[in-house]
Amino acid sequence: MEKFTTFTAAACPINQKNLNTDQILPARYLKWTRSMGFGKVLFHDLRFDVEGREKPDFPLNNPAWRNCKIVVAARNFGCGSSREAAVYALCDYGVRCIIAPSFGDIFAGNAVQNGLLTAVVTDNEAAEIMASLTQMLDLPVSINLEQQMIVCGNRLYNFTIDPVRRMRLLNGWDDLALTENYRERITAFKAIDKSQRPWAVPRKQL
Amino acid sequence: MTQPQTIIDKLWSAHEILRREDGESLLWVDRHYVHEGSFHAFGKLAERGARVAEPALTFGVADHYVPTRGSRRSIANPEIARMVRQLEENCAKHGFKLFDLDDPGQGIVHVVGPEQGLTLPGLLIVCGDSHTSTHGALGAYAFGIGASEVAHVLMTQTIWQKKPKRMRVRVDGVTAPGIAAKDIMLAIIARIGADGATGCAAEFTGSAIRGLSIEGRLTLCNMSIEAGARCGVVAPDALSFAYLRGRPYAPKGAEFEQAVDAWSRLTTDEGAPFDHEVEFDAANIAPIVTWGTSPQDALPIDASVPDPTRESDPERAQYVRDALDYMGLVPGKKLTDISIDRVFIGSCTNARIEDLRAAASVIAGRDSKVPGLVSPGSTLVKRQAEDEGLDRIFRDAGLEWGESGCSMCVGINGDLIAPGERCASTTNRNFRGRQGPGARTHLMSPAMVAAAAVTGHLADVRKLLGSRKP
Repeated sequence: MEKFTTFTAAACPINQKNLNTDQILPARYLKWTRSMGFGKVLFHDLRFDVEGREKPDFPLNNPAWRNCKIVVAARNFGCGSSREAAVYALCDYGVRCIIAPSFGDIFAGNAVQNGLLTAVVTDNEAAEIMASLTQMLDLPVSINLEQQMIVCGNRLYNFTIDPVRRMRLLNGWDDLALTENYRERITAFKAIDKSQRPWAVPRKQL
Repeated sequence: MTQPQTIIDKLWSAHEILRREDGESLLWVDRHYVHEGSFHAFGKLAERGARVAEPALTFGVADHYVPTRGSRRSIANPEIARMVRQLEENCAKHGFKLFDLDDPGQGIVHVVGPEQGLTLPGLLIVCGDSHTSTHGALGAYAFGIGASEVAHVLMTQTIWQKKPKRMRVRVDGVTAPGIAAKDIMLAIIARIGADGATGCAAEFTGSAIRGLSIEGRLTLCNMSIEAGARCGVVAPDALSFAYLRGRPYAPKGAEFEQAVDAWSRLTTDEGAPFDHEVEFDAANIAPIVTWGTSPQDALPIDASVPDPTRESDPERAQYVRDALDYMGLVPGKKLTDISIDRVFIGSCTNARIEDLRAAASVIAGRDSKVPGLVSPGSTLVKRQAEDEGLDRIFRDAGLEWGESGCSMCVGINGDLIAPGERCASTTNRNFRGRQGPGARTHLMSPAMVAAAAVTGHLADVRKLLGSRKP
């Protein structure tokens, strides 16, 4: 995984609470393979009408935000289904950071696995950033993960992120490589556990 | 003396292989359930040329995409046929058990696990599906994961997690006749919100929870994710042990008794600290339906559609307006005046035998005013329901008796609600487009869906119970 670096880009405000993963990526696209590029169907049913025309009111269709790399959202972004393809869709579209007051737990876990930053700010801060962007559409936003800082115009915000996830993003660590270091501990645990919880192994009556 | 612990602490520490200084723990996984939608993860394995680490602890079920109407001999949709074939190939290649379409044990993964005795108290269970929280009903620590984590579990049988906060949801008292586990859970979500338990593992406790059947507890824990919880758990008790005894994959003989000994200690110790606590009085819970586009948009059936002009918070007013616009509802309308186009009885939330009995008891001797599909939670549930004659009751009422799978809950097998159609549904998510683009979903209990079917509108099942048993 690539290391997460500081960047400045357009940020798109999407002010909807509980924006679930069914909205981020409708289930009918889950059959797709990654090579098909989930970016084109990101937020599909919010972004396009039934005839496939862009809905002009949806922020991502605003020319100023079309090429955003940051999404600013409301509480509980990414709740619902565990589909990692919701994160693929954001990443494939080019989004590298979501700023919101809170995230669905499974979504936030999937995000870090794909190098997508979930930056937590307060409800008021998220609302303020969204208001600034609505007033000045092309206001560039900078994300500094090292210092956990967002610069939006002349305003500065600190964000929080789980320190483990922060380190993982900054270093581009891969879970599997990390786990490999503990191979012996896993084997030892398994042996002891087997004697302590013999019932935990599935028993099929033949 | 050791500190008093919650059931959450006990489950966690039993699986903790190690904890790093930064606070993240590597946990041992006792059961890993995979389905045909897990192909992204198997792709990652193939990329690395890796093998499944513990095939004996890995179980596959074809449920998400499989047809639930008509013949299942051959799958018409080539994409779906490919996905099911891929699962079969991966299972054969890595040597783990698959409940495929021909297997008598096939069903929705969250119905199959408990039914087969694969899900046991004290286990840590993961699956690439958010409703994995279901399995907590038997005292397991069970949670949904994404594709990257599925790949990690396949390759290592472990998962990295940070210990969540502990939440206790206590429901005391006795529910009124006609009130189901679904009503209790919708009442909880309506109060605490769709993110009320985010970052938490939730223990459900109290006399009303103890009084629930295993099926009811499964419904409750299933929907804990709809409140944002990482997982939900009910401490195992005599009812749980009786449910598990004799299940195909459960321990046998003396080993079962040994297991019961261990499982009996899986309770929250007196005085153990929780990070959050909420309490409910079961007696105050009425039959509940959702009116909006989130499971938290839920009200007792005798209420009316919310009026955005009466909301003091402008943001909330806009939220209500948008939800009503999508749902095609006018403010102030009585919920019982909302007519429906279709019903669906099924899903990992409410398609177990008890759910089908509850719906059938309301429908028996009546006609459904609208079309609808009944999809049993597993092939075994289907067979049992047929032995009990429940399929006849549904068919005689004019409903379709289908096969087992995720079906119309998520619509990816092609069973969809048409745009603009309104469905009374026993499922778990009333999200926009969840049951198909433009579909309007009202969540409720199986008995309430049955009441909606026979009246053609959202209805209070209590008024239909009469001399019948709920």
